[in-house]
Amino acid sequence: MSISAAARSDTFPKLLAHHARVRGGRPAFRHKDLGIWQVWTWAQTHEEIRAFASGLSQLGIVCGDTVAIVGSNRPRLYWSITAAQMLGAIPVPVYADAVADEVAHVLVDAEVKLAVAQDQEQVDKIQSIAGRIPRLTKILYDEARGLRDYDHSHLHAIDDIIREGRDALGRDAQFASWLDREIEAGEGAAPSIILYTSGTTGRSKGVVLTGRGSIAAATDSVAFDRLGEADEAFAYLPMAWVGDHFLNYAKSMVAGFCVSCPESADTAMADMREIGPTYFFAPPRVLEQMLTRVLIRMEDASALKRGLFHYFLGLARRHGEKLLNGDKVSLTGRALYFVGRVLVYGPLMNALGFSRVRVALTAGEAIGGELFSFYRSLGLNLKQFYGQTEAFLCLTAQADGEVFPDTVGRVMPNVDLRIADDGEVQFKSPGMFVNYFRDPTRTSASMTADGYVKTGDAGFFDPKSGQLKIIDRVSDVGRLTDGTLFAPKYLENKLKFFPNIREVVAFGNGRDFVTVMLNIDLAAVGDWAERHNIAYASYQELAAHPEVYDLVARHVADVNRALADDGMMAQIRRFLILHKELDADDGEVTRTQKVRRPIVAERYASLINALYDGSHAADIATEVTFEDGRKGVLSARINIRDMEAAVPSAGPAHVAPARGAAERAA
Amino acid sequence: MTPRVTNHIAEILLSIENVSLSFGGVKAVAAVSFDIRKGEICAIIGPNGAGKTSMLNIINGFYHPQQGRITFKGVTRSKMRAYQAAAGGIARTFQNVALFRGMTVLDNIMAGRTLHMRRGFFLQLLRFGPAQTEEIAHRHRVEEIIDLLRIQSIRKTIVGQLPYGLQKRVELARALAMEPDLLLLDEPMAGMNVEEKEDMSRYILDVNRHQNMTIALIEHDMGVVMDLSDRVVVLDHGIKIAEGTPQEIKTNQAVINAYLGVAH
Repeated sequence: MSISAAARSDTFPKLLAHHARVRGGRPAFRHKDLGIWQVWTWAQTHEEIRAFASGLSQLGIVCGDTVAIVGSNRPRLYWSITAAQMLGAIPVPVYADAVADEVAHVLVDAEVKLAVAQDQEQVDKIQSIAGRIPRLTKILYDEARGLRDYDHSHLHAIDDIIREGRDALGRDAQFASWLDREIEAGEGAAPSIILYTSGTTGRSKGVVLTGRGSIAAATDSVAFDRLGEADEAFAYLPMAWVGDHFLNYAKSMVAGFCVSCPESADTAMADMREIGPTYFFAPPRVLEQMLTRVLIRMEDASALKRGLFHYFLGLARRHGEKLLNGDKVSLTGRALYFVGRVLVYGPLMNALGFSRVRVALTAGEAIGGELFSFYRSLGLNLKQFYGQTEAFLCLTAQADGEVFPDTVGRVMPNVDLRIADDGEVQFKSPGMFVNYFRDPTRTSASMTADGYVKTGDAGFFDPKSGQLKIIDRVSDVGRLTDGTLFAPKYLENKLKFFPNIREVVAFGNGRDFVTVMLNIDLAAVGDWAERHNIAYASYQELAAHPEVYDLVARHVADVNRALADDGMMAQIRRFLILHKELDADDGEVTRTQKVRRPIVAERYASLINALYDGSHAADIATEVTFEDGRKGVLSARINIRDMEAAVPSAGPAHVAPARGAAERAA
Repeated sequence: MTPRVTNHIAEILLSIENVSLSFGGVKAVAAVSFDIRKGEICAIIGPNGAGKTSMLNIINGFYHPQQGRITFKGVTRSKMRAYQAAAGGIARTFQNVALFRGMTVLDNIMAGRTLHMRRGFFLQLLRFGPAQTEEIAHRHRVEEIIDLLRIQSIRKTIVGQLPYGLQKRVELARALAMEPDLLLLDEPMAGMNVEEKEDMSRYILDVNRHQNMTIALIEHDMGVVMDLSDRVVVLDHGIKIAEGTPQEIKTNQAVINAYLGVAH
């Protein structure tokens, strides 16, 4: 079988040669250009990349050099990765939307000698920082537009380099055989690529991966998802992200399937619909955007269509996931679901580009139960996995029939994963990174004495499913005074997955019990209030309404039940609804809507005290900043609600907490 | 970037000589003369009611001047129908967008290719044989324009659903699809925000440079005019009061008076 043959290759250039031999006539890359899909077969791709490598060699790139790649998903940019690898050079993909300063950091840190840019925008960016990168000698570009008048002494079109490389190979047989020997002699244990982490926790680090390790990790994952040459993938996520590099580049190189690149970022979703991938990866926020777009468009549809949509969506919620999991469903249920598939689910999946998807994956952050169930109930085989750049992705993954919204699956074959005493997930895996590029201090800080990599994530194995659950960053996890584990984000996410709840801040580290302050979602709760004849004039009034408190209390009780089932987590004992929404203008959340805990704790100190001193209401006056910069004071009396602790249920585990959101309609 | 050298002795594409146009007693254009040279961007500016749009309408044959001569590509004429102007290589966009609102962007731009289509009506209707080959060739040309103006994502969108700034861009695309010798733009940036104006300026420059397209444009945003154009013609009350490079116009006292008014 081809996968085992592929597994014997330990560098990507060797894999490419293998595919050119075995399936030379099958498509390897597609790119939409001038409205038409252009296709390159594996044989053509191999020929182009070999010529590209030859051209790079003519430009003076040698083994050990680093080559930056800045741009969005384009075949020629993917080729530049392999072309560099053929020469033993190390490609360094960079986020295309990064500002010049961030790009400069990576290019300086990686000491790049040559940069491959997508277009004028990226060329401009690199030229503006070129003075800071002493080793940078050449810039290549894919799209010539706008670059005609530029000084071309250090600037070349990729096509020209490929052509010159091809000429050199034709002219000089000795050089050609030297290049082929170089490719054949490629060392699997040598650095194959440097992927920079996105840097959410400080300065971004260059993760060095080897060819052998990358291919081993991708091979395990390909086998796990049973991918083959007939599969189709769609490349639309940033090339510099491990997600794209693993799922599109490495896995297609192992399995031999075709990767399609969109015409532009704006057309990606329409292009995906035309391609109809069989294998699809999306972080939760992309899935959420897609769902929102569908719901908004349905609001504009005719009453009949809207009625059908909502009826069959409700039906899907009841039966869809069970059918996907192979559970028992009544004959009527099956028949109705079939009708729904013809009338609603099929056309909807087609509109989203999911008609042919066999394996859909999501990862990167926690996904809301309702969002997850929505796609699964339509028949999309959406599954979660957990991994990180340092592991070259997959550490755990969900198998068919073992899919839950709040777990990330069982440990992958060949991965050694353990939970440290402080709850941190640690691993050894085939795709494990070598080090952080030229940063021995942080490399050793990320490893344990016995050679395990510290993920920085806290997690535990769910006793019922045997799957891993990730709860929070280790640094954020605390304990109550009685020693019970307290993971604020885990608990906050559980609450936030209810559409009615917008933002949550949990307290408990070093306290006797857990309390939360929350914001309701004005749109969702406003809608609910309208249907329940609850009049209100402002957010403040709605937030303080006793019935809204009842509504939220039910959600909190759901979460407590889920926490009780997890067994080891502290439950929420008191909560209050804030009189105003946490606002970036007031510095309470970042511009990307992440709560700034210290500031919130300071501004609402009186409320936090009240949460712990047993009082049932508290007064607060907060200074607010209006959008035009004026300041005012908002004062309110806020009620505090006590909650009972839930006991673990004896029933089936993994009732997704968010499904309780049906209460919205109740 | 190297600065562009404007060739002031370049071939004259369009020559307006002594042209006058009046509506009843209103003199819209009075004895105006100027030239537009091949490959340049020529701006026509002036306060409201100066006769700028009338001038464009005269150039593309929509109005017929009572006096004067117009020489386009070496052919002199005093009267020309709008369709003759279009067939002769003059394309334009309008102050108020004039697209087919119910059609897709692609169809609108394809409509710009009509004058280049050689196959008969019925053959086109059947999309058969040579008509199909021809349509593919035209579609290829249209796709190049879509790529140039970066409107791939709205290719199949109905024009009526698009925001104003994009409609302006589609209108430019349709005019470009005619592959004209002279492109007339009537306030291409009207009603746009700064970012849209920057984009539009970029596209106009791209078209001018990469396709060596001669462009005459009317615009009120002086920043845009001064940045884009090689030469500026200033009209006021139907009379040409100045002509020259943006630098010359900026310091021209007659122009300053016309815009700011003078104490009498």
